[in-house]
Amino acid sequence: MKARVSIRLKSAILDPQGKTVQQALQQMGYSDVSSVRIGKLVELEVGGNDPIEVRTKVEEFSRKLLTNPLMETFEIELVRDVV
Amino acid sequence: MLSKQPIDVVVFPGSNCDHDAFDIIGRMMGHPVTEVWHQADDIGNAAAVILPGGFSYGDYLRSGAVARFAPVMDSVVDFAKNGGPVLGICNGFQILTEAGMLPGVLMRNSGLRFICREIYLRVERDDTIFTRRYIKGQVLKIPIAHNEGNFYLPEDQLDELEANNQVVFRYCDRKGNVTPEANPNGAARNIAGIINREGNVMGMMPHPERRSDPLLGKPDGADLFRSLVDHVNGR
Repeated sequence: MKARVSIRLKSAILDPQGKTVQQALQQMGYSDVSSVRIGKLVELEVGGNDPIEVRTKVEEFSRKLLTNPLMETFEIELVRDVV
Repeated sequence: MLSKQPIDVVVFPGSNCDHDAFDIIGRMMGHPVTEVWHQADDIGNAAAVILPGGFSYGDYLRSGAVARFAPVMDSVVDFAKNGGPVLGICNGFQILTEAGMLPGVLMRNSGLRFICREIYLRVERDDTIFTRRYIKGQVLKIPIAHNEGNFYLPEDQLDELEANNQVVFRYCDRKGNVTPEANPNGAARNIAGIINREGNVMGMMPHPERRSDPLLGKPDGADLFRSLVDHVNGR
């Protein structure tokens, strides 16, 4: 099964990278872009077909390794293999 | 009497300050020192452990995030739980926070640039096993070299950290004033180094091992290693 983990910086955390991109966009003339936040997308192939089991496993390692809960949140999206 | 137990320097793929630490402990301090590969099962009969600076595992994902799961780390965690001294420098500090051995996280520098220059540090604690040879308030000139040194903790946890007197070093100006201008990377409350409550695990972003040999300038970092060597020798 495919899993996608979207990782975002918590809203309380400043994102200097996003700020820099926002400023660049404004300089390019996109003056109505009022906020840019940059995160990460992790795409995985995970064994197993039970979505609950797979989700539990992905959640577990997302908390342990893929994210740092002090500064990031994450969302998991599962995509069933087409047989 | 000299302790026979070595100070271990853990080497991860991408460590690049391991030899500096090795050289300072061995050649300069005259204490036995061992390099331990990240795949090792344990740290042997170490008297203390140093997690050196560098870019373990290419800093992929987050600095220190992958290194904390290296096989040797279980043994380092156990060692620290039993009171063993563990010092993390730069990437080593990042690994200690990722492993939950120290609170907080080192985020991307607020200015988005890799910073490699000398900064001033104020010693906030002279009663730790790592800083006993310094005097509280002393100003040290020591280099930093990092992209992720922006120490972060939520405000309430920062208050707790301060209440427990866990801040060991702060970025300051040459006179010792802790100012926003003297903060190179956006670190909360100018924090450059902290220690755990038990007092045996310390992490810091600056590189004392690069300022310990008099050949490289005023050796402001040497007393940190001297303090540690004193401690493991029971002095």
